[in-house]
Amino acid sequence: MIAKTSPEIGGMGHPLKRKEDSRFIQGKGNYVDDVQLPGMVYGQMVRSPYAHARLKGINSEAAKKLPGVLAVITGEDLAKANLAWMPTLFFDKQMVLATGKVLFQAQEVAFVVAEDRYTAADAAELVEVEYEELPVLIDPHKATNPDAPILREDREEKSNHIFHWEVGDKAATEKAFQEAAVKASVHAISQRCHPAPLETCGCVADFNKATGKLTIYLTSQAPHAHRTLFALVGGIPEQNIRVVSPDIGGGFGNKVPIYPGYVCAVVASLTLGVPVKWVETRSENLQSTGFARDYHMTAEIAADRDGKVKALRVKTLADHGAFNAAAQPTKFPAGLFSMCTGSYDFPASFCEVDGVYTNKAPGGIAYRCSFRITEAAYLIERVTDILAAQLTMDPAEFRRKNFIQPHQFPYKTPLGWTYDSGNYEGALNKALEMVGYKELRKEQEEKRKKGEFMGIGISSFTEAVGAGPAHSFDIAGIKMFDSAEIRIHPTGKAICRMGTKSQGQGHETTYAQIVAQELGIPALDVIIEEGDTDTAPYGLGTYASRSTPTSGAATAMAARKIREKAKKIAAFLLECSEEDLEWEPGKFFVKGAPSKSKTIQEIAFAAYTNIPPGLEAGLEAVNYYDPPNLTFPFGTYICVVDIDKGTGEVKVRRFVAVDDCGNVINPMIVEGQIHGGLTEGLAIAFMQLIDYDENGNVQGGSFMDYLIPTAVETPHWETGNTCTPSPHHPFGAKGVGESPNVGSPAAFVNAVVDALSHLGVKHIDMPIAPWKVWNVLKEKGVVT
Amino acid sequence: MARKQTVHLKINGRDREAHVEPRLLLVHFIRETLGLTGTHVGCDTSHCGACTVVLNGKSVKSCTLFAVQVDGGEILTVEGLIKDGQLHPLQEGFKEEHGLQCGFCTPGMLMSSYALLSRNPHPSEEDIRWGISGNLCRCTGYQNIVKAVQYAAGKSAQTTARPVEQGVAK
Repeated sequence: MIAKTSPEIGGMGHPLKRKEDSRFIQGKGNYVDDVQLPGMVYGQMVRSPYAHARLKGINSEAAKKLPGVLAVITGEDLAKANLAWMPTLFFDKQMVLATGKVLFQAQEVAFVVAEDRYTAADAAELVEVEYEELPVLIDPHKATNPDAPILREDREEKSNHIFHWEVGDKAATEKAFQEAAVKASVHAISQRCHPAPLETCGCVADFNKATGKLTIYLTSQAPHAHRTLFALVGGIPEQNIRVVSPDIGGGFGNKVPIYPGYVCAVVASLTLGVPVKWVETRSENLQSTGFARDYHMTAEIAADRDGKVKALRVKTLADHGAFNAAAQPTKFPAGLFSMCTGSYDFPASFCEVDGVYTNKAPGGIAYRCSFRITEAAYLIERVTDILAAQLTMDPAEFRRKNFIQPHQFPYKTPLGWTYDSGNYEGALNKALEMVGYKELRKEQEEKRKKGEFMGIGISSFTEAVGAGPAHSFDIAGIKMFDSAEIRIHPTGKAICRMGTKSQGQGHETTYAQIVAQELGIPALDVIIEEGDTDTAPYGLGTYASRSTPTSGAATAMAARKIREKAKKIAAFLLECSEEDLEWEPGKFFVKGAPSKSKTIQEIAFAAYTNIPPGLEAGLEAVNYYDPPNLTFPFGTYICVVDIDKGTGEVKVRRFVAVDDCGNVINPMIVEGQIHGGLTEGLAIAFMQLIDYDENGNVQGGSFMDYLIPTAVETPHWETGNTCTPSPHHPFGAKGVGESPNVGSPAAFVNAVVDALSHLGVKHIDMPIAPWKVWNVLKEKGVVT
Repeated sequence: MARKQTVHLKINGRDREAHVEPRLLLVHFIRETLGLTGTHVGCDTSHCGACTVVLNGKSVKSCTLFAVQVDGGEILTVEGLIKDGQLHPLQEGFKEEHGLQCGFCTPGMLMSSYALLSRNPHPSEEDIRWGISGNLCRCTGYQNIVKAVQYAAGKSAQTTARPVEQGVAK
């Protein structure tokens, strides 16, 4: 247990109100589109209407003649500077502006710069592009057919196949399947969707020709990594690049990659010597920036007759679109998809993934999850439910029987992960109790007799968050450690800077609480700054729920360094030896004489005014933290649904979420994260879909068609928690932001399938729109 | 470019005048001509509500109006909620109840909630959920926004609710 500080100090465990809120509730946030610089001009992208077409020519004369237009940049122009293509975050390259051909609808073809945004939009309309349509490849299952058009002519390998990746013991798994008494399987699609943070992506590139300095205000979840990539790819000396990630209006993985619009704005500013703003529209955001998921998965379980699992076999086809722009560590082409054994003790497992190109937008980003773990958690929680139903076992009992047990931690999975800690049954029991499981099952039985449809869905997920460790995790080769720098001012107040970047997670509050916990300086006296690469220590940014596991840990470690120095100063001031001192949050005192003490504020003052001989002046520290392992939060979610058989509409009656993220910094913020993640899980389960027609026209390319839940569709969330600290994290925390998005889709789908299971329904693919349910009811003769 | 027209309006209690293109959207007029960047743009189809402002007593999505349409009107944006250095009960509520995370939807949510409370000072949870259903939030799951509006309704009931002028857009 972590000792609790007083509310005045506001250390860990206090539901401190958020420090960042004051500016947001007064309309004083500073998002990228709020940045207004003298002489700033605007960029507008010209995009392809075709999914696959030869580029025959671009005529920008009319556009250039429009008053107020400053430049029209094409792929040919960029090619002269060797910038027509850029590397993706995953061993592939991507066109910045098209040359030769276009490979997806809404692909970037030309970049118009004008004095104001309306003129830029007018000019974009005047750019004439001649296309010759080519055969379109949409279905990933047809990507490797002999008659499929080869999409990527730039690659040496003339194939749409990108990679094959496998992990696990194939022979042991095959053997287990041969010997198994019972087998169950599912083919499930984790559909293409988009994080759609409420703020779209954008930047202001500001190159100062006099100083040679390029400042980029960027919607970036990873500002330092982006600075380095701009330096490596653009050839600009890194000391001359400053990336500023100001307030970010949600990220959810969308703001990890570098997009063509950023590069074009930088090129335009370098050329014109004025600040260039480019902010995409919502439709551009949905149609061209990093999509998520698009995994077409088959899972099979082998088990004995009592329902004890023996092996898991997974085969998956991954649709990466036109360029493999997956944002995941180099070692893992399918991210953490091999977390697919979930919370269960499988003796053997084998998992394989094949990635292919199609004429769709590039991506494969981690949408509010650690690199494909949402797909994995959904799959295992779906297929276990199918097996339990097949054995007519209660899904809760089935899970209890197969859980990894507390004494097995640290637990090595058959696919190579080592889970740090867990108590899965504890979370399950709590959720069952909160929801009133037995009574609900009785109610369901009675409803069935009356022909009514009610379902209960359980998901007992395990998450893996907090990448590094550096030996396994990187972005484009840059290792995934993270950092914190703490400076204590003479008056005992502090400023801290981190390599991460909040996009709404509340870092300005939670990091301050860590400092408060470790040093006893009130959280309100601690300013947190992130996102300016000229001032913050290097770090890899915020995604994969990594802020608390990495920069949070670095904050604690840096604070502990400061406490060590403070102890030396205290001993000098109290004229005693360090060994005679004891610490309580906020002060050192002499053992046995608590009145002889020095507060951290007095010590800070002395660090600048009364420096002990032989000690450096000042009181500051920096730490770069490389975690020894991921952390593994977990939980059990239970969803109760009622289905309107007349319309097929699913109503989520109740949703209980029990999360275990180890020691909690701020329970109010943790609960808020869970509410938000559950709502995105609901959206994925029932609404969100980026689909394409056979010609490659994107369906779901605006908020007209890409459905986001409003307050009306969103149910009331009931939350609870258990606490199993991470044994290796400095204060036992695990990270939480993504658990609800990872764990909840299966709970929703399991509930719907459970409501229909007595009709023989085993699976319905997401998003479960009313028409799908209604079709099932019609097929089964429930409605005519 | 069409001939510029003069727009005169009162915004957050201040008279402002500008010469603008007839096609200039109200949201760009507010954000860029007047420099009030609290009002946001989150979509291009009038679905997200981040641009919501109160026009003549009613909430409107400022991305669906031209600036010239509101000539002579009275607008309240998020920047005008604070009075004499005191936060509006809704602003307090959003902070107290953790009704925001990234903050991008917050100004629009505040203005929709403001209009809701002005026509229905004692809304039920369902009233609130429908009242903010034109505003999307990707972070909070709405539950704490509902609580924030309830907080403000409770607080306003204790004091006197600020009168809101009724009217329609010209």
